[in-house]
Amino acid sequence: MAAGATQFIDETPRVRSIVLDCHDWPGHLPGQHIDLRLTAEDGYQAQRSYSIAAPAEGDRVIITVELVDDGEVSPFLIEDLRVGDRIEIRGPIGGYFVWEPTRGGPLQLIGGGSGVVPLMAMLRASVRSRSDAPVRYLSSARAYEDLIYRAELETVASEESGVEVVHTLTRNHPPNWTGPTRRVDREMLAEHVWPPAVSPLCYVCGPTGFVESVATTLVELGHSPERVKTERFGPSGGVRR
Amino acid sequence: MSFVTRGFRGRRRLEGPPGRVPPGQYVTTEFPVLSAGPTPRVQLEEWSFTVTDAGGDTLEWTWSEFTSLPTETVTVDIHCVTKWSKLDTTWEGVSLDTLFARVGSPGSHALFHSYGGYTTNLPVEDITGGKAWVAFRYEGEPLTSEHGGPARLLVPHLYFWKSAKWVRGVVVSDSDRPGFWESYGYHNYGDPWREQRYAGD
Amino acid sequence: MTDVRHLDGNVLAGVLHEFFGREMTDQLGCCGHCDAVNALGAAHVYLEAPGHVVRCPNCASVLIVIVQHPDGMRVSYESIRWLQTRS
Repeated sequence: MAAGATQFIDETPRVRSIVLDCHDWPGHLPGQHIDLRLTAEDGYQAQRSYSIAAPAEGDRVIITVELVDDGEVSPFLIEDLRVGDRIEIRGPIGGYFVWEPTRGGPLQLIGGGSGVVPLMAMLRASVRSRSDAPVRYLSSARAYEDLIYRAELETVASEESGVEVVHTLTRNHPPNWTGPTRRVDREMLAEHVWPPAVSPLCYVCGPTGFVESVATTLVELGHSPERVKTERFGPSGGVRR
Repeated sequence: MSFVTRGFRGRRRLEGPPGRVPPGQYVTTEFPVLSAGPTPRVQLEEWSFTVTDAGGDTLEWTWSEFTSLPTETVTVDIHCVTKWSKLDTTWEGVSLDTLFARVGSPGSHALFHSYGGYTTNLPVEDITGGKAWVAFRYEGEPLTSEHGGPARLLVPHLYFWKSAKWVRGVVVSDSDRPGFWESYGYHNYGDPWREQRYAGD
Repeated sequence: MTDVRHLDGNVLAGVLHEFFGREMTDQLGCCGHCDAVNALGAAHVYLEAPGHVVRCPNCASVLIVIVQHPDGMRVSYESIRWLQTRS
């Protein structure tokens, strides 16, 4: 189907959200993604998958795209795409890495870099539906200015008693930073993640190495593997045709 | 229905010098890593290469024996079925002619086996007569595990899926058995100049 | 040095939906080699290859291989004992 770009939101210096208008969109679950296909004039095609960043709202589908150095698709989406342009999408896709408020919680979201995108859809769904399930959101970014959705998360954490947000900055941090300043490790997970005793639903998303390390550690800490769902981002971000 | 996306150009695809690039391929300066499974980690002390001939007799080399064999350094173009070609790649390895010199019953078909379970089949005449090597150095350096190290097969005149990574041996016989990608619908022979990508091409 | 690490089964959600006509990644599969049961979304997928190779997350055996033929998509069953829908 064809989707029209209607609005752009600059989330960080390298990340932009794109609001798409998809006529007769059937709706989607938090965590699902769309497949986007671009066709050049000579017929060459490139396809990538992008997680949807917000719960279903009519024909509105929001994706959040990170600029990949030397990438083929992300530079186009971030630097060339204009309001009014149409792009070909397919979706919604995915039934495994999804959460909806009816599944309950506690909900544990752990994201590395742009892995936070599908997790943000889950968090936004929880807030919007006034879900009882308490949520803990742990994200890892290189620096303060790389924290995607930072301002919204600050607001949500301060206004919603059932939501706790922790960010760790791995490369550099501002002088007044009080949060962790290292890569996510066993100690950080033991401290900030819901304990296994409350049987949380855990969703881990991000680069392959990050996800592997976090998921393995969660199981070592006692979380049941069936309650830890993972979505690894490959270097190219999707299926190539 | 697909439609052209305004302003999208895609990765710059080089065409390459005429006559060097088979149909449907584009030239890359990168060396993409493609794999069907986890990278095997093979300790050199455990590594061996075995040739099993059509009569069932075997010849086996340990790593130190293998790397003491005469080697050749070749500069070749390689062509992947996923459409990229890389020109002028330099490899050092042992020619299959050297390995087959003492083979009693050469047979007509070869099935190469790799650590990790990958297999690929080729006619014996496509791996002899200076057409194939077991390579362990790439661009002057030991072959990295992501590109098939300790050693991989190198058969540049066919699509690169035939150049099995992490190779551990070859079984020669008089019957042809399809290897991994061949059994999933890729072409049994794989000549890039006749664009033999899929079975039936 | 980068290792070719696997992705999760959910990266094939679109491709599998196209072939089977329904959402497949939340369905369960039983490995024919080790009998482990997992959602297909949790399988280990090797994407960057001439085809997509789906492996058991427990023993790494090949479950299915997906190749985009010119004539159509082929899904080869290698070592998968059964698939089951979620109710």
